[in-house]
Amino acid sequence: MRHILSILLENEAGALSRVVGLFSARAYNIDSLTVSTTEDRTLSRMTIVTHGSDDVIEQITKQLNKLIEVVKVIDLNESEHIEREMMLIKVRATGKDREEMKRMADIFRGRIIDVTEKTYTIELTGTSDKLNAFIEAIDRTVILETVRTGASGIGRGERVLKI
Amino acid sequence: MQISGAEIVVRCLQEEGVEFVFGYPGGAVLEIYDAIFKQNQFKHVLVRHEQAAVHAADAYSRSSDKVGVALVTSGPGATNAVTGIATAYMDSIPMVVLSGQVSTPAIGLDAFQEVDMVGITRPCVKHNFLVKDINELAETIKKAFYIAKTGRPGPVVVDIPKDVTQKLAEFHYPESVSIRSYVPVLRGHPGQIRKAVNLLLEAKRPYVYVGGGAVQGGAEQEVTELVRSLGLPCTNTLMGLGAYPGSDPQFLGMLGMHGTYEANMAMQNCDVLLAVGARFDDRVISVPSHFLSKPKKIIHIDVDPSSIAKRVKVDVPIVGDVKHVLRDMLEQFREGGKKPDAGALAAWWKQIEEWRAPNSLLYAPSDELIKPQYVVQKLYEITGGDAIITSDVGQHQMWAAQYYKFDRPKQWLNSGGLGTMGFGLPAAIGAQLANPDKAVACITGEGSIQMNIQELSTAKQYHTPVKVISLNNRYLGMVRQWQELFYGTRYSESYMDALPDFVKIAEAYGHIGFKVENPADVEPVLREAFSPALKERLVFLDFRTDQSENVYPMIGNGKGLDEMDLPPHMRKTDEPGAERDYGNLC
Repeated sequence: MRHILSILLENEAGALSRVVGLFSARAYNIDSLTVSTTEDRTLSRMTIVTHGSDDVIEQITKQLNKLIEVVKVIDLNESEHIEREMMLIKVRATGKDREEMKRMADIFRGRIIDVTEKTYTIELTGTSDKLNAFIEAIDRTVILETVRTGASGIGRGERVLKI
Repeated sequence: MQISGAEIVVRCLQEEGVEFVFGYPGGAVLEIYDAIFKQNQFKHVLVRHEQAAVHAADAYSRSSDKVGVALVTSGPGATNAVTGIATAYMDSIPMVVLSGQVSTPAIGLDAFQEVDMVGITRPCVKHNFLVKDINELAETIKKAFYIAKTGRPGPVVVDIPKDVTQKLAEFHYPESVSIRSYVPVLRGHPGQIRKAVNLLLEAKRPYVYVGGGAVQGGAEQEVTELVRSLGLPCTNTLMGLGAYPGSDPQFLGMLGMHGTYEANMAMQNCDVLLAVGARFDDRVISVPSHFLSKPKKIIHIDVDPSSIAKRVKVDVPIVGDVKHVLRDMLEQFREGGKKPDAGALAAWWKQIEEWRAPNSLLYAPSDELIKPQYVVQKLYEITGGDAIITSDVGQHQMWAAQYYKFDRPKQWLNSGGLGTMGFGLPAAIGAQLANPDKAVACITGEGSIQMNIQELSTAKQYHTPVKVISLNNRYLGMVRQWQELFYGTRYSESYMDALPDFVKIAEAYGHIGFKVENPADVEPVLREAFSPALKERLVFLDFRTDQSENVYPMIGNGKGLDEMDLPPHMRKTDEPGAERDYGNLC
């Protein structure tokens, strides 16, 4: 099952490689990973999307907690949460495709952030499923390039990951 | 007053009360060695290979309550240390390894003797540090010692670039450490402990399974009190030997791949299992599904939450320091004043005694060939069961574990997790330095001993009079055994031709060597080796043992705990009238 883990860790050199190394050494999956510093500069927050049985996810959580630099780990799946991913997608936009692409971007609440005679670059934010749906919805042959950030997640309401 | 980074390193080690640093100098650590030269508070032990430095520091730790320290240079010094670090990591041994690194401006430029030590050791350390700022040096070393010895212990590497050792800074050693992301748990959850107590009281076939966590956690008294006060049967893992006394009647022997019949049968057939600082690893329970095919309730005490429910799901997990948790359990037993069902326990013991009766450790004696088991038995007798025993890895290691009855923890030092050949001799040196008044013996084989035989030179230099008990069967014995049993006797590369004359080797290093080929000579030679006359000497005993001897019982690959290959006298035979005669066995 797909799980989305939020990890608060010390903003120190090498902390990221400890987390990534743990996943590869123990043969856990990383579907996506995103990391950046938080409002507290001493801390980084990482979101890892992974999949595995409940036992494996339990081990992943425990092993992450065991890393000295990891301050806190939560499995966002355990309660209501929101996740967002951003994609930049460059598409060929010529002739009748140009209008169609604008229309599709609007439907998916994307924004065209770069325009040339032949291309559009669209910024699209949403759940990973929504981004997948956009890719499915447009003509594959017009896609020139995509770049995705991987999912970031946050708990709903009062649920807060903080030290 | 400002002092150099190298002097700061030395001061830190002094503040930590370090007695010995095991190491080997080189370019990147020259400043540190210069600072060591100028002090006399701790001693440096110059090994002959960095791997040995780490094993010696590790065994110094294993055989004492202190943290072992190793010091190596950058590049090859650091990589040579890795096997030793991984060995300590797998067995959760507190240790601090200081490694030199090229100067910070040179890092990443493929400088001479540069290697990414922090990267290489990341998967096999509890934690590691690269110190780039001299102002963080003292605090980092303080943290390294703290992390190494608290919680589930383990090795910590501190990688120190050469320019950091040369710069100057004020020295201030922090009195305490607080790491917000690292807060080891001591006490177990009282509710969980109550559940555990109740489960044990309701048990019909209870069993206590004690691992290395009880040794590292210093919980031998609590384990012993619990087992004795409740009248429970107890087993120790390879790493747990000595946590419960090996000569006690409630001890069923070691369990696992080469455990006794009764220890393994009890493990399979118990209804409530109390696991204390043990991790259900593959060499202990073999296949988890088979182990759980006989329903049982499991209580698991471990300081490391990730050890719990890793291979086996448990009913009552208790995260905490084993000593504290067992104390709380004992307290609850005392308060409740209840004991497990005496009738059920008596029936369980009756069953266990039936399993124990044929003695799965019996072997056929010989007047012509030296039986390796016999050597260990005699060693046990002659040392009065009091020696510190180190071992290498292979058949001799299993025989040592089976036939030497360890009555106290920290008496048996072996590479259980990683299975590192070459551990035994440097470990014996480290253990002897930590325990100058104890007899220390290294039980080894002709294969393993050659993986770090150069340390005979270190032993000479530092007058560590360890006794090397080499069970020389001219084979890589455990490999040979597997090839005999599972690979159609195709002895691929397990025979060592061109073995050296070990007596001459011992003599060349300035020690005493004896070659022993006759069973009748085993006892007298051992007596001589441990006699007061040779108390101050390293004695290398080259026992030429029976080449065909196998370690039994044995759990083959993929087999369950109750599917052991048994020694010949216990094998079932369909032949009518086949007799089981235990009379000629020892």
